[in-house]
Amino acid sequence: MAKLHVTMTVNGAEVEALAEPRTLLIHFLRENLALTGPHVGCDTSHCGACTVDLNGKSVKSCTVFVAQAIGGTVKTIEGIANADGSLHVLQEMFREHHGLQCGFCTPGMITRAYRLLQETPNPTEAEIRAGIAGNLCRCTGYQNIVKAIRAAADQLSSKKEAAE
Amino acid sequence: MIPAAFEYHRPASLDDAVKLLAQFGDEARVVAGGHSLIPMMKLRLAAPGHLVDLQAIGALKGIKDTGGAFEIGAMVTQRELILSAELAKGVPILKETAEQIADPQVRYVGTLGGNVANGDPGNDMPAVMMALDAVYLVKGPGGARELKARGFYHGAYATALKDGEILTAIRVPKPPAHHGSAYQKQKRKIGDYATAAAAVILTVSGGKCTSAAVALTNVGDTPLFADAAGAALVGTALDAGAIDKAAKAAMAIAQPARDARGPVEFRRAVAGVMVRRAIEAASKRAR
Repeated sequence: MAKLHVTMTVNGAEVEALAEPRTLLIHFLRENLALTGPHVGCDTSHCGACTVDLNGKSVKSCTVFVAQAIGGTVKTIEGIANADGSLHVLQEMFREHHGLQCGFCTPGMITRAYRLLQETPNPTEAEIRAGIAGNLCRCTGYQNIVKAIRAAADQLSSKKEAAE
Repeated sequence: MIPAAFEYHRPASLDDAVKLLAQFGDEARVVAGGHSLIPMMKLRLAAPGHLVDLQAIGALKGIKDTGGAFEIGAMVTQRELILSAELAKGVPILKETAEQIADPQVRYVGTLGGNVANGDPGNDMPAVMMALDAVYLVKGPGGARELKARGFYHGAYATALKDGEILTAIRVPKPPAHHGSAYQKQKRKIGDYATAAAAVILTVSGGKCTSAAVALTNVGDTPLFADAAGAALVGTALDAGAIDKAAKAAMAIAQPARDARGPVEFRRAVAGVMVRRAIEAASKRAR
């Protein structure tokens, strides 16, 4: 089967590669682009460890063909930190509130939380829990993940107020 | 899990998509959000040689208010259904149902068209469309056709859609302004299909139920339109006796399979509970 000429924007950079249409986006990111932040967890679109941002939506990249993402804009956990290399507030708050234990789900959790806070900057606890319902964590019981996201929302809104 | 190889197509128009399906016949499948098809392809339960991606076809997107109905493009996502203020007001059961489908990531990409056209008895929207008496607009090499949701489902993954046809839109007639509706779904966890679920649309006038439609999800090879259950409600005050009669009528047509969600008797009983709760909720909302 002929390979496709794949072009897309990943973490702000234009990328180009040849790939079979059946290549899943998660494998393209990890194997062609060496972006191993998004993880292959369940490989069945349940766990959310492979979550990336595609065209402004959180998607499970194990259930998207690279062909579908041609021309798209992707952000992975590698693209979440600030331009100067300092951690994004979400990353800081996950560290501060111990929002992880083994860390396997964390890239997906933070990438999902990033989009959630773009859409709902001041979420209630219930909205956070509903918002990360597609991301499974088998270590933490979620309490500290929810706290970390809520704390990040507070920090982001106080930063915004300070800027205004 | 690596799917079988295929050739990828991204037509820019509906006509081009129909032509591709005609050209490749059985070998071709359309893909919308892909969250039913791609898992099947990864398991190699589906192995289309040609995948026709509908994402670039503008004609399949958007929600139109045509006066008496909403015409919802097949590529409208579950998330777009949830966010639509006009649908939340006019046909609130769509938002209520969409919110119970899968998880946020899946709802960003999963489409209404895919949900109703795939023919998976676990999908939630088909029963809702039966309750609403929706019409599916399809296009194929022979032109356009309209198919009623109530006659569309023939078996698991078997529908009235013919080879080469694409579902383009769903026409949802607007229920009366003071109708009540509810979608009650029992599931084991976020992302699971229903153990059983029920959709109810009804109207009440002068304390009596004047119309009622009841449909069931995932308790048979197809979604089930429970006409006897609806009929058991019409003319009553939606009292406990009437609700009991309707729930029993719905349970009588439920033919769930025994699976990880429970044995047949349990799933049938859950269907009855979902019907009761949906009637009670719809009744409260019908004012």
